Amino acid sequence: MAQIELKLHVPEPAARPGEDPDFSFLTLPPVDEARRPAINAAASHTYDLATAMIRVLDDDGSIGGHWDPELDAETKRAALRHMIVTRLLEEQFMLLQRQGKAAFAMASLGEEAVAVSAAMAVDVDSPGYGPGLDMHFPTYRQGGILVANNHSLVEMTCQVLSNAGDRLKGAQLPVLHSVPECGFFSISGNLATQLIQAVGWAMAGAIQNNRIVGVGWTGEGATAENDFHSALVFSSVYQPPAIINVVNNQWAISSFQGIAGGTNASFAQRGVGYGIATLRVDGNDLLAGYAATRWADERARSGHGPTLIEWVTYRAASHSSSDDPSKYRPAEAAKAWPLGDPIDRLTEHLVVIGDMTRNDVEELTSESRHLVDATVAEAEAIGTLNSGPAMSPVEMFRHVYAEPPPHLIEQRQELGY
Amino acid sequence: MCTPSRHLTSSSSDRNSGTDMVVKKDVHQEAEEQISQGDGYATMPSKKFTMIQAIRDAIAVMMARDERVISFGEDAGFFGGVFRCTEGLQEEFGKHRSFDTPISESGIVGSAVGMAAYGLRPVAEIQFADYMYPGYDQIVSEAARLRSRSASEFTCPLVIRMPVGGGIRGGQTHSQSPEALFTHVAGLKTVIPSNPFDAKGLLIAAIEDPDPVIFLEPKRLYNGPFDGHHDRPIQPWSRHPLGDVPEGYFTVPLGKADVVRPGSEVTVLAYGTLRFVAEAAVEETGIDAEIIDLRTLLPLDVETIITSVKKTGRCVIVHEATKTSGFGAELSAQVQERCFDHLEAPIVRVAGYDTPYPVGLEWVYFPGPDRVGDALRQVVTYV
Repeated sequence: MAQIELKLHVPEPAARPGEDPDFSFLTLPPVDEARRPAINAAASHTYDLATAMIRVLDDDGSIGGHWDPELDAETKRAALRHMIVTRLLEEQFMLLQRQGKAAFAMASLGEEAVAVSAAMAVDVDSPGYGPGLDMHFPTYRQGGILVANNHSLVEMTCQVLSNAGDRLKGAQLPVLHSVPECGFFSISGNLATQLIQAVGWAMAGAIQNNRIVGVGWTGEGATAENDFHSALVFSSVYQPPAIINVVNNQWAISSFQGIAGGTNASFAQRGVGYGIATLRVDGNDLLAGYAATRWADERARSGHGPTLIEWVTYRAASHSSSDDPSKYRPAEAAKAWPLGDPIDRLTEHLVVIGDMTRNDVEELTSESRHLVDATVAEAEAIGTLNSGPAMSPVEMFRHVYAEPPPHLIEQRQELGY
Repeated sequence: MCTPSRHLTSSSSDRNSGTDMVVKKDVHQEAEEQISQGDGYATMPSKKFTMIQAIRDAIAVMMARDERVISFGEDAGFFGGVFRCTEGLQEEFGKHRSFDTPISESGIVGSAVGMAAYGLRPVAEIQFADYMYPGYDQIVSEAARLRSRSASEFTCPLVIRMPVGGGIRGGQTHSQSPEALFTHVAGLKTVIPSNPFDAKGLLIAAIEDPDPVIFLEPKRLYNGPFDGHHDRPIQPWSRHPLGDVPEGYFTVPLGKADVVRPGSEVTVLAYGTLRFVAEAAVEETGIDAEIIDLRTLLPLDVETIITSVKKTGRCVIVHEATKTSGFGAELSAQVQERCFDHLEAPIVRVAGYDTPYPVGLEWVYFPGPDRVGDALRQVVTYV
């Protein structure tokens, strides 16, 4: 047998800066291809969906296939509004960072449908559900959950500005929110650590027989962390009411998804290895995202166990305010992304079904822009990172323990407080 | 869609009892009135317990009182743990409250963080402290910081138990004392009992504590006190007064050291196994030392330490962990900062050497009574 050269294989993305974007690796199946199994189907009856792609919105704005969530027009319009507000608000966050008014910023540009559809589909107030709380354990790119769950935009902005209105009192980097009343767990900032916490939350619900869900989030890059493995093993073993979301936005800072192993198998396929129900969904299709999450949510709440969902999307934004994507990928890549833009796609659909005119959408965008501008003005009036009323140094010591132990009291007193 | 008002209602009260969970407060209050520290213990009916049985009893008492308390770890369910500290809990309280976990320390701690935030009171077992490191990120970056980074909107009342220390021919994978890796982390409390009585009282206090507590169990003390004389017959807890453990609920408060032997010539700061080594060294040298068993390393009972050192003017610090950057360094700094004008001799540390814990040379590595005795003589004769 002929021997091939033995060498280290280091995956490379299809295109680098200066080259034409190349997404030929992505297969776009027709909308009616993916089956919709019953919510109580055996996990093994979902495995073909780990390589399929759940789609509802077709390129021409029509809808089809087996996964149409049959949302009423009002809900669709609300979803469109949540995505537009998320985009405009995060655009302002990036601007505030560049102006030196915020320490840091991140945006979910191009992948707003992911957080918005999931937030709307995890129906935390469904009648008949027991006590306890549903909880998302988001990453920094799911701020859309807060927008969709009607959290105060001013409060979100104050957190980004680390001003006196920040409910976290400057303890956490901008956009690492914590909003329990919106089912939004405190974001750590460490990667993938909170997937297993979401599973623990779901296990607690099962232990207490509370009909809740724990919803974990990670990017595709952090699936390489050992906590991803822990989360899937514990999900497989204890069958808790958990949803594990892997947002495959193709890029982990400058590393393309192949560096996390994505070129050899889909991220959804990792669920198959653990015997967990798995779905792979068009992440820029709000209706598909809603339908997939709703399926996993109902499955979990009715005691049929966890689901892993891979969201195929594209990070049109930079990773954060600290990097320049033109250094590691083609500048025009986001525009060439075959799954399009989530806001444009839902807009097209609402126009095609005659629910909104293009003028209506422009008006909605303009209203949203006014809302966001007013929000930022109101938050900035409270203060920014470098202006406004100073936070008391006492805050630094306040929440380390329930009761400050003697050594912390001493250190606080040394500081003069 | 979420209705903020509903969530606010749930989260504005005690988040940790936000779900329909029963706490038998009447029993709790009754016991608290009955028992504080000191005289109350003497009137309680007691049993002879090993440290293993005392730990098991503490968990069982709390599981019976509070259905939020659950226990889990590798082999900790059906089998009751490799050291038997959770024996019978599954049979008594059911599989949903006492269960085996996959061999995944990050999974054990990470899921416990989620459960604690939800409102349960997890008592997680790490089979040996030496295996804690895959879960260390979850302890340091997650459990310890959840309260501060969320301005107390989320909390993490969990206990992570783990056997520590050597003297059992366990080699470098079953003998480590990583306490300083925890005391260095803001947001954690670190507890290390030296006997069955303290183990039960401190563990109950740890389970009731609203913050994450690392509960270190010196495994050489599980079945009896150990003074470092490895060549002598083993003494069981049944023949030691500290093997008398009150039945039912009582606490030993966190953050309070125990002056186990009053003395005038030198203060010995010890914890865990080294408490008994110190007692043996004091007896063998005839030096009138004051021995303090710290019991809780963080928060540290600085008051008891400085009161003693100001009285004796001399201080020896002993621990089994490696010396450099060990907890003894912190103790030495505290004493120097607060008692400098009272010190009549340099502070001396007796600790494990800065090597991995050897199996073949275990008794060379272990800071036994001879080494501690030498340090005591050195410090009391310093002029």
